[in-house]
Amino acid sequence: MIRHMIATAAMLAALAASTHNAAAQDTFPSKPVTILVPAAAGGPSDTVARLVGQAMSANLGQQVLIENKGGAGGSLGTGQVAKAAPDGYTLLLYHIGVSTFAALYPALPYKPSELTSVGLVTEVPMTLVGRSDLKANTIAELLALMKQPGTSLTIGTAGVGAVSHLCAQMLEQATGAKLTKVPYPGSGPAMTDLIGKRIDLMCDQTTNTTNQIKAGEIKAFGVTTPKRIAILPDVPTVDESGLKGFEITAWHAVWAPKGTPEAVRVRLSQALQVALKDPVVIERFAALGTVPVEPTEATPAALDTHFKAETARLEALLKTAN
Amino acid sequence: MDLLSNLALGFETAFSPVNIIWCFVGVLLGTLVGVLPGIGPTATIAMLLPITFTFSPVTALIMLSGIYYGAQYGGSTTAILINLPGESSSAVTAVDGYQMARRGRAGQALATAALGSFFAGSVATLLLAMAAPPLASVAIRFGSPEYFALIVVGLLVSISLAHGSMLKALGMIVLGLVLATVGQDAYTGTPRFTLGQLELYGGINFVSIAVGVFGVAEIFRNLEDERGREVGVKHVTHLWLSREEFRRIAAPVMRGTALGSILGILPGGGHVLASFASYAVEKKSSKHPEEFGHGAIEGVAGPESANNAAAQTSFIPLLTLGIPAHPVMALILGAFILQGIVPGPKVISSQPELFWGIVASMWIGNVMLVILNLPLIGVWVKLLSVPYRALFPAIVTFAAIGCYSINNNPFDVYAVIVFGVLGYALIRCGCEPAPLLLGFVLGGLLEEHLRRALIIAHGDPMVFIQNPISAVLLAVGVIILVVAALPSIRGKRDEVFAEDEG
Repeated sequence: MIRHMIATAAMLAALAASTHNAAAQDTFPSKPVTILVPAAAGGPSDTVARLVGQAMSANLGQQVLIENKGGAGGSLGTGQVAKAAPDGYTLLLYHIGVSTFAALYPALPYKPSELTSVGLVTEVPMTLVGRSDLKANTIAELLALMKQPGTSLTIGTAGVGAVSHLCAQMLEQATGAKLTKVPYPGSGPAMTDLIGKRIDLMCDQTTNTTNQIKAGEIKAFGVTTPKRIAILPDVPTVDESGLKGFEITAWHAVWAPKGTPEAVRVRLSQALQVALKDPVVIERFAALGTVPVEPTEATPAALDTHFKAETARLEALLKTAN
Repeated sequence: MDLLSNLALGFETAFSPVNIIWCFVGVLLGTLVGVLPGIGPTATIAMLLPITFTFSPVTALIMLSGIYYGAQYGGSTTAILINLPGESSSAVTAVDGYQMARRGRAGQALATAALGSFFAGSVATLLLAMAAPPLASVAIRFGSPEYFALIVVGLLVSISLAHGSMLKALGMIVLGLVLATVGQDAYTGTPRFTLGQLELYGGINFVSIAVGVFGVAEIFRNLEDERGREVGVKHVTHLWLSREEFRRIAAPVMRGTALGSILGILPGGGHVLASFASYAVEKKSSKHPEEFGHGAIEGVAGPESANNAAAQTSFIPLLTLGIPAHPVMALILGAFILQGIVPGPKVISSQPELFWGIVASMWIGNVMLVILNLPLIGVWVKLLSVPYRALFPAIVTFAAIGCYSINNNPFDVYAVIVFGVLGYALIRCGCEPAPLLLGFVLGGLLEEHLRRALIIAHGDPMVFIQNPISAVLLAVGVIILVVAALPSIRGKRDEVFAEDEG
């Protein structure tokens, strides 16, 4: 009942917000909406998309289909959305990686300006973790260990361009210490080697680390968010432990092809905001160690600002690294 | 007894009407998608994920697991009947299974596959129930040096996959290794041999190669000669195994089950080796090695058992450590997370009815599969009497749909054409596709583990010898090489001596 009321309110708000393109507004959506995830089914982004898509479909009154198209770090599928008809029926849901495509792939099949924002979805916190027998228990001790002459700690990443890789780069930049980055074809095998004590460190999303931290199989040094997180209340932030301003999250967002009518974008953003209030979404996000963003963030304007800032920051990071 | 009460809990969960029904739906769907070439369990599970939203976690996972191991049963069917393997494990089955079918023994090949799979599935499930946590600790001990050594041994024994020229088999393995280097370098991000195609950044699609060099190439071969056309063998003599055949498959099935169970536990690529390794073992221990490649029933029994055992035990790293061993397991991990459960070390104790329910359902699912598959053999064999002018286009169409469905990428379908032509050229030159496929599958893993082992060791190659497990495996590799080379060395020496005397 309440969900219904919110849905109605959202619909009304969307109507009020639209100043032009009333025709599209009245009829949208008149057929199922497809959200493309440019990564394999079953991965963290796919999970986020399926949860949000399900909740959005209740609000839109149309089915929301999830399509997976992996390849080239996600840039292939992203390009497909950029080139799709700008009618709001083909959307992209992906993460921070979209900010790095232009820097990483010289042969990018689209221009970043060919995407237009719908809204942010969630910012998944990252955790800096280490093997259980590492001779450091706090960030300060870890920094001392990293800076010992002749040492180069190994840090597992899920491959070039992955969030775990970006975090490792940031850690090198912030500390000035040299790390040996060990790429894996995904977080799973990297975690195997961390539990098996074959690598020293990893910086990965809470989704992939929380269970292992709680089971005592790996050591948590810090979370990469500005504030501590509910699922790991005893783990300090990296920022409070001495690396001021060290912040990175695996943020997820929804985009549409450029040229999508303003009214349709607003309608989609409204549906997204309603979906992010859905109790099932909140509950399942909690199991992933994250929370939905505030409604004010699930808007085109907020994503525009965020995307621009992250792209600038990460392109600079990748440039200094290579 | 803990195990008994746990199993009782599991069977109680799995025998509830809802779970029985969805388990059946899962294995039925799995068999069907396994039979359709190219359309694999990955695509099916991805498509069905949304439906499972409304299920309880245990029901959802029982059904999705059923699709996975059901597909392992079904996958051998097309490999045997029309030489069209959908995944690396059934590529091995195709080698002798298809030869059996060409000789009118398709029924026996299918029955062997079903019975072997059933035995292996039951044993591996029991293993999963009894020893999942201790086995998982074995998986943790395997790092890159160990995997590297294991893969080297795998490549060395794989020469036995060839039944013709040794040199050509080596050439095919190398070609496979080379093809595996296509794509973005995981360590630097540099594109290699991508010809400017973004689609090639992720490497060549396995299914495109398998369907091309096996299935499509075989169709080309059949088309070239009107009279010699073989796909569509009509005279099938027996559907069931003779006593003699039962006797012949018993040991291979048991060896395959053991080998598959062990390799399946290793998440870094062990399951890929299972059927190849079993084939090699059977050929080496057979009294009739010359039959291999020409329809040896052991060549179907061993690998099929190994493959199904590995499919079952590959759940161990996922359920106990939260580590997916391959893409299908990653998808099932996603299904867990969608249900609000993150698999990991604590799932067994915190969600006992989930863990034991899934284990028990696997048993039930395996029984259902064998009941489902044995009567179907007659139906599948009848498919062979479909006239080729209908069968060939149907095979190609299904293969194309299957390849497309993996990544929704038309490029993968074009790749089938290229590899079909290549495969045909290779057949004409007397080269076999199985070693090529093995080289391709293991090539990526070989490079990955070699480079990672060296990175972690800060460039010190001694890591492979200092490590006990990898040292032993590499020593085994050296012994295999020496044993293989000895006869020819001795031959050379005899020649030399003969000349001296003369």
